[in-house]
Amino acid sequence: MANTFYNEILIDHNQNPYHKHPLPGANMTLEGVNPSCGDDIVLQLRVEDGVIQEGSFEGDGCAISQASADIMLDMIIGKPVEEAQRLSALFLKMIRGGCSPEEIEELEEAGALSDISHMPARVKCAVLGWHTMEEMLKGKKQPATTES
Amino acid sequence: MSHPFRADFPLLVHTDIAFLDSAATSQRPECVIQAEKEYYERYNANPLRGFYDLAQEATARYEGAREKVRAFLNADSAEEIIFTRNTTESINLVAWSWGLSNLKKGDEILITISEHHSNILPWQMVAQRTGAVLRYIFCREDGSYPKEEVEAAFTGKVKLAAAALVSNVLGQEGPVRQMAKLVHLNGGVMLADAAQAAPHMAVDVKALGVDFLAFSGHKMLAPMGIGVLWGRKDLLDSMPPFLRGGEMIDSVRQQDATFAELPHKFEAGTVNGAGAEGLAAAIDYLSRAGFDRIGDIELSLTRRALSGLQAIPHVRVLGGTTAEEHHGILAFLVDGVHPHDVSAILNEDGVAVRAGHHCAQPLHTHLGARSSTRASLYLYNTEEEIDRFLESVSSIRRKMGLG
Ligand SMILES: Cc1ncc(COP(=O)(O)O)c(C=O)c1O
Repeated sequence: MANTFYNEILIDHNQNPYHKHPLPGANMTLEGVNPSCGDDIVLQLRVEDGVIQEGSFEGDGCAISQASADIMLDMIIGKPVEEAQRLSALFLKMIRGGCSPEEIEELEEAGALSDISHMPARVKCAVLGWHTMEEMLKGKKQPATTES
Repeated sequence: MSHPFRADFPLLVHTDIAFLDSAATSQRPECVIQAEKEYYERYNANPLRGFYDLAQEATARYEGAREKVRAFLNADSAEEIIFTRNTTESINLVAWSWGLSNLKKGDEILITISEHHSNILPWQMVAQRTGAVLRYIFCREDGSYPKEEVEAAFTGKVKLAAAALVSNVLGQEGPVRQMAKLVHLNGGVMLADAAQAAPHMAVDVKALGVDFLAFSGHKMLAPMGIGVLWGRKDLLDSMPPFLRGGEMIDSVRQQDATFAELPHKFEAGTVNGAGAEGLAAAIDYLSRAGFDRIGDIELSLTRRALSGLQAIPHVRVLGGTTAEEHHGILAFLVDGVHPHDVSAILNEDGVAVRAGHHCAQPLHTHLGARSSTRASLYLYNTEEEIDRFLESVSSIRRKMGLG
């Protein structure tokens, strides 16, 4: 049997997403959609003093979109906005296949998605959460789409 | 056991993947690939334009392909065969030309909920522009259309009805003959979408009693980029051209023009001569194989796949419960696993299937599913491929951590 891309980290975050719940205290909310897969999430953050205090997502989609959003929230909660943006840029660089092994290391569990760079059809699923966060931090109010 | 057709398909000979996505596009046999190549090597000139021998030959071959399609559909005349790019273009031709000039406010367009977007969006456009109302007939959960419900959906206002002969998601046959009879009582017309029927069964436009019929070459062994619209001659004669330009005219003055006779009136611009040549070769191949024999192979593979899927826990096949209702098309859901992940895991096991809404979003919504995974087979598939597919499907929930 071929080696599966669906490794333990991915399966685990898809099965038991820690951050998938409503966030009553959120002060930022944005919907993100990936029309090609039908992935549809709502990302919520509570940002205070330039730091992401809390975060969550809801919605549904394929395992890659769900796990990627959950892993992202693990990494950015408690971090300053600039650091979240830096990690996001690094994640996108990894997805495009441009990261060194050290940089992938820095992405912790998100590194489990590095093989996506060989699966063009699933790139949009993997970046949905990250893209939605970036657009939200830029102040976007209309749903973010991976099509642009 | 040696397979009667498989060796004819170069791509299948050269690859290890189990290709179960023929409803999206089929593979092509060597003879079709050769026919297209030979056209460019021996007969190429711009058909229908030019009086030298080579151009005459190209024209004769193009018109020969048209005659072949006429016989394939049991149509009365080759003038009724319009070459297009695909089913989508054929349906758009009818919508823009017949639809916009014959429908008006107060009329109704009636289609089924299981249509492909190609047989929905053109009618939405006609409805928006003319003020006609677009209405749907809804299927039961098994995909069937009970006769009484079809009849009940026909008000006296329905002037255009359209339905697929075979659904590209459920594989069910649509109520085409019945809709044709009912719309004719109103003096309206019926369009049949034969995209998923023409590859698998004899399609006889007279026996169906329809007025227009569309199909794509690429789903029935022919090259991409060649499709067909058949229409009743009296209707086609009365319709304005769809696209305008070269070689579809009688004479052109500065401000107006008169148009060529059928079928050229609807074939503006340089045609797909090599594609038509390939389509003719595909029709020859299918008639040599015979739809009876093709049907037997497909039915036995469909039985194997369907009963296999039905035996896997947490897998639900959309549509009917018998293989006869599926025409080689099996859309299914795996509990707790998104169809894109299902198809990705099948891909890892060397099985090619489609995932998504298969251009039939209203049907998925009606059935309460966002999307599905679809396996679809054709005359070249093997039992080994079906078994590989089933084994992979049985492993999915375990691989996704669902036990
Ligand atoms: C039932 C049906 N109608 C129409 C189409 C559109 O065909 P094409 O993309 O060749 O125009 C398809 C193909 O996907 C189909 O299955």
